[in-house]
Amino acid sequence: MEFLGGKFLQVFIALAVFAALIGLIMLIVDRAPKSVKDKLTIVGFLAPAAILMLVGLVYPAVQTSFLAFTNASGQPNGVDNFVWMFTQPEALATLRNTVIWTVLVPLLSTVFGLAYAVFIDKARGENALKALVFMPVGISMVGAGIIWKLVYDYRGPGIEQTGVVNAVRVALGMDPKQFLLDAPENTIFLIIVMVWIQTGFAMVILSAAIKGVPVELVEAARLDGANPWQQFRNVTVPGIRGALVVVLTTITIATLKVFDIVRTMTAGNYDTSVIANEMYTQAFRAGEPGRGAALALVLFLLVLPIVVYNARVLRQQREIR
Amino acid sequence: MTVMPAPDEAANSSRTQSRKDKGRPATPEDSAPIMRRVKTKLTSRWATAAAVIIATIWTVPTFGLLVSSIRPAAKQVGPRSDGWWNFFADWDFTFKHYVDVTAAAGSQSANLSQYFVNSLAIVIPVTVFVLVLASMAAYIFAWGNFRGREASFIFVFALQIIPLQMALIPLLSLFTQVLKLPPGSYAQLWIAHTMFGLPLGIFLLHNFISEIPGEVIEAAKVDGAGHTTIFWRIILPLSVPALASLAIFQFLWVWNDLLVALVFSGGTADVAPITQRLAEISGTRGNRDFLNPAAAFVSIIVPLAVFLGLQRFFVRGLLAGGLKG
Repeated sequence: MEFLGGKFLQVFIALAVFAALIGLIMLIVDRAPKSVKDKLTIVGFLAPAAILMLVGLVYPAVQTSFLAFTNASGQPNGVDNFVWMFTQPEALATLRNTVIWTVLVPLLSTVFGLAYAVFIDKARGENALKALVFMPVGISMVGAGIIWKLVYDYRGPGIEQTGVVNAVRVALGMDPKQFLLDAPENTIFLIIVMVWIQTGFAMVILSAAIKGVPVELVEAARLDGANPWQQFRNVTVPGIRGALVVVLTTITIATLKVFDIVRTMTAGNYDTSVIANEMYTQAFRAGEPGRGAALALVLFLLVLPIVVYNARVLRQQREIR
Repeated sequence: MTVMPAPDEAANSSRTQSRKDKGRPATPEDSAPIMRRVKTKLTSRWATAAAVIIATIWTVPTFGLLVSSIRPAAKQVGPRSDGWWNFFADWDFTFKHYVDVTAAAGSQSANLSQYFVNSLAIVIPVTVFVLVLASMAAYIFAWGNFRGREASFIFVFALQIIPLQMALIPLLSLFTQVLKLPPGSYAQLWIAHTMFGLPLGIFLLHNFISEIPGEVIEAAKVDGAGHTTIFWRIILPLSVPALASLAIFQFLWVWNDLLVALVFSGGTADVAPITQRLAEISGTRGNRDFLNPAAAFVSIIVPLAVFLGLQRFFVRGLLAGGLKG
């Protein structure tokens, strides 16, 4: 276990250096003359985070935007990368898949999450039931990839199946299916993995929101003769609209950036690539950083409306407060 | 949604409680016509059935992984292999795969214990860095007094949503060419993860810290406390629930990351985290496929334990950030 020593030392040094830096900032801020103390505090407290975010996010984002208009050797090539993206069949398949992902994953996750949250509301053992569906949220997408490869496992017809789904298919008299190989439906089978992960997230948020809907309203609707569906549709859903928006937004953004699932399950082959995966492939495997950057830029433009919307909601809420 | 302030959980639970009390006994159902009672019962029975089905579908894949990981190699691959559910017919199990993936030596070995340590060595400093830096910034955004505070906070919020993919290429060249960070060290990963974690961290903590009553801070100021004292003695102790949930977030996020690791680790056993190794060994189809379930389970055991153990904090963190923002 001699490798442990060196690694432990590195971690220890990093933490010590960090503590020293923070200590230094605190010392300077504390000892500053009264006249500049407030200003210095603001600068000292904000600067580390601000510098890291400027260098790590703002600068690269700007840089990438320029990179998107260059070719493999770094020469400006106008909008060639975008032309490539919107004309090449493989690149078009990537865009098409991304659209399918961002429509289906938020929708299905929210529907399943909401249904489950409603069904188990006030049930016995509610917390344990929640934990079962919530569990995949904690599993890495790489782990999820392995789990689902096992589920989708394929053996030729006539041989004992090792994947659950194919075993069920054979038991029902159907032929086993190569779930990850046959385009275009293989994208759907990858999407199921993401839905499996995100449903738990939607479920806990929506469950908390449902418990926040005033009981009196539900009771009143019931007394007025509304059946359970009407109660749900006309009282519960309007009551949790804010939470629904948050859930849909968060899952949409996570889905647009989905990478690991595709990477580990098909590596983007068999027509399953999505923007985030193709961007990695182009930039780090195919030696086309310009194309990678162009894809990243498109990804950002897709996310932008959601950011603007959320920023506006945020501002409104702060004004209310 | 300001219905659900994260700091006072008490109000929340009491609301749930009162709802339960009112909801259960003495409902109009008791006096309602029989038809309606039957109908309600039926809907709830269907609902229960649907819930059971969802819970089963969501649990079976992970359960299958767990069972597969303890089945002998011959049962998993090769001519005599069959599905993991046959385990319940033969009860043939072994823990050899777990020993193989963690402890076995040699180039063939998955060598997971090394990568496991790497994951810890990456996650722990990053979590500390993000917690400290984000809470400092969040404090200023909540209680500092300067022009452009609102605008800059919204800007930070928006940063949350820059796709990581956009940042990777320039950042890599910055690290290797300008800063000359050695490729085979943790430094690149620590810095990159900290950068990417800050916007969400600041956002979550800000929501919580800004809810701390202003009188507390005013009182401390009157007593002569400076910003540093207020921050360390008042803000941080009061923010423990939010800090805990952010810590879990950050821990899970970094532990489960693959993309940042692929770009910045260089892929050596000295630095690369367990997810990267897992992606490697599961990506290569071979005669050692039977080790994958055990390897996957080793990698998910830590996040799963952290996650299920501290679920409550995690949910609270989601709500503090989510429902209000």
